[in-house]
Amino acid sequence: MKRLTLALLPLLALSACKPTAQEIKIGVSAPTTGSISATGQSAKNAIALVQDEINAGGGVKVGDKQVKVRFILEDDEDKPESAATVFQKLINQDKVLAIVGSYTSKCSNAGAPIAEASGIPVVSPWSTNPNVTKGRKFIFRACFIDPFQGRVVAQFATSKLKAKTGAVLYDVASDYNKGIAEVFRDEFTKMGGKIVGFETYNTKDTDFSGQLTKIKGSNPDVLFLPNYFNEVPLQIQQARKLGLTAVMLGGDGWDNPELVKLGGKVMDGTYFSNHYSPDIDNPIAKGFIAKYKSRFGLVPDAAAALTYDSANLILKAVATAGKADSKAIRDALAATVGFQGVTGNITYGGSGDPVKGAVVIKVEDGKFVFDSAVNP
Amino acid sequence: MSTQPQPEPTTPPPESGLPKVRFWMVCALILALALPLQLSVDAGLFPDVLNPYYLHLLTIIGMNIILVASLNLLNGYLGEFALGHAGFMAVGAYTAALLATKVLPGAAALPPVIGTIGILVVSLGGAMLASAGVGYLIGLVTFKTVGDYLAIITLGFNMIIVNAIQNIEFVGGPRGFTGIPKNTNFVAVAVCALLTIAVLRNLIQSSFGRVWVSIRENAIAAELMGVSIARAKNWAFTIAAAFAGLAGGLWAQNQQFITPRSFDYIKTTEILVMLYLGGMASLSGSILGVVAYTLLMELLRNLLSAFAPQLAEWRMLISPLILIIIMLTRQTGLLGNREWRWLRPRPGA
Repeated sequence: MKRLTLALLPLLALSACKPTAQEIKIGVSAPTTGSISATGQSAKNAIALVQDEINAGGGVKVGDKQVKVRFILEDDEDKPESAATVFQKLINQDKVLAIVGSYTSKCSNAGAPIAEASGIPVVSPWSTNPNVTKGRKFIFRACFIDPFQGRVVAQFATSKLKAKTGAVLYDVASDYNKGIAEVFRDEFTKMGGKIVGFETYNTKDTDFSGQLTKIKGSNPDVLFLPNYFNEVPLQIQQARKLGLTAVMLGGDGWDNPELVKLGGKVMDGTYFSNHYSPDIDNPIAKGFIAKYKSRFGLVPDAAAALTYDSANLILKAVATAGKADSKAIRDALAATVGFQGVTGNITYGGSGDPVKGAVVIKVEDGKFVFDSAVNP
Repeated sequence: MSTQPQPEPTTPPPESGLPKVRFWMVCALILALALPLQLSVDAGLFPDVLNPYYLHLLTIIGMNIILVASLNLLNGYLGEFALGHAGFMAVGAYTAALLATKVLPGAAALPPVIGTIGILVVSLGGAMLASAGVGYLIGLVTFKTVGDYLAIITLGFNMIIVNAIQNIEFVGGPRGFTGIPKNTNFVAVAVCALLTIAVLRNLIQSSFGRVWVSIRENAIAAELMGVSIARAKNWAFTIAAAFAGLAGGLWAQNQQFITPRSFDYIKTTEILVMLYLGGMASLSGSILGVVAYTLLMELLRNLLSAFAPQLAEWRMLISPLILIIIMLTRQTGLLGNREWRWLRPRPGA
């Protein structure tokens, strides 16, 4: 057995020596097995779509010639240690120019230090934890980070709803809620609105009448509830009972069918921000959704849409850089302005976190309906 | 567990003279190779033969050897079925991460190599102490239980540790601990792995080890001979936990990011698989089991990705199948109850 194991070793090196034609190699680290393999499948489908699209046109333009693109997808099993191994393999064995991935923040956090040290640009489609890109030059993401939604909702409230006064009720014990609430307060004030109430509660509280009565006293135009779908219906029911007429707003924590099951009628006419909606009114998204549906028989989810955008961001950066060089691709990525993607326009303003559009979804008759796209 | 095949006597058959290859020779060889290997990879020499990916795999193998060999102490030599090894690892990993980032960053002002080694040694020492302490407590709690009951208690302990860390905001909670400096490399891991094997090898040959084996073989007879079962078990748990903590400390400072979910029972299961693949009550088995398992997984990844990318998702199906076949054909694992000659004690010692 020992001899057999030793005999297997050269195979590892052999698989690295497989001859390859002149091509651009881009790595993908996605959880195609493990607890969130559905996300990995979406990623795999979206990548297949991008690869066929670009190669059907002869490949990506590098300098003055067209070069075919090959995506190398590896399974990180949604485990940080596997993600680290996958990043090592993609960078050192496959010699990829850039990486799409990984998906969960924990995997991105394990892979990012390796890519950063090797100078390989990474675009994560799905990791929302601010730490993933913080202090790193080569790590980007295609999704917005959580607090960014505060800005999106503030803009929606001031420009579309013409709100003059706003109030917030949020769970102070959770980072997610707190981050969005504070950003909303600052941005709403900056856009000319006035915050008339900023109230807090703790996770698992069920009686909000004290805070809501206080908010009722100042009668705001909008009430922002950046909380999770399991608590929001209760808050809105209590608010309406107290006679609050404000328009209710929320973030992507609302994005779950349970929201309308729990809230029923009371949820109608409320709005929340989200990454993406399949009903989005944008030609690129429509094209992507149609192609995805006809090829895989599924409506693409946010992970598929964000993967598609991440891969295309990298391909565009390769074309802009004009050479197959990771450093140049990184610089081109960082200088991306107004990239038109399925999930909105993406601009990198000095960090790896995009300034990008979000969608606002309206709850109507117990259904989530696309309302508008917000491009800050 | 009581159903496992009864081991043969652990003392090797008498052999004439000293084995040609001795333990210290292997250690010296590995140490002599480790530093030049690390330096040439860092410098980017021979990028096709010695690339950082292979060194990364060797580093993972080294850390897994520490984990598997220390679990072998409990499951192989002591004959218990402990299911909480990843919990000890978590204690070590978080202790080392805390020491390296929050307590000792001042040491980074020291000259680069000395500062890093200093932080590494202190943080690993702290990790071993902390997990040894937890291991001691677990040993105290479980002294009355054996077999399946001990398995459940240790499994419960593993869950408690993971859930406790998830609720400690100070270390990042469920989002994980970021920003740990990279204080380890292959050399550090190789030194720690050799140290672990050396300590365990000597312990197992000492009166401690004989006591553990006697408890495994027949607890009542051992007790009649004057062995304090509770004390012997407690020692075994403390020592095994200390080494699991060492591996955790190395893990944290190699990966630079840890999350509580990485140390749940799935990780324990992975350690168990490598242990049983290699074979119980054999340090050689622990080493071979880790090497075979890690190479099997990575070979499949590489071969599938190079020659049959459409089958890549079948990796998680093919590799367990190979494991099942190995276990069916070699029911005591690759090297159960047998040692390579260089790992055996000197005859007559």
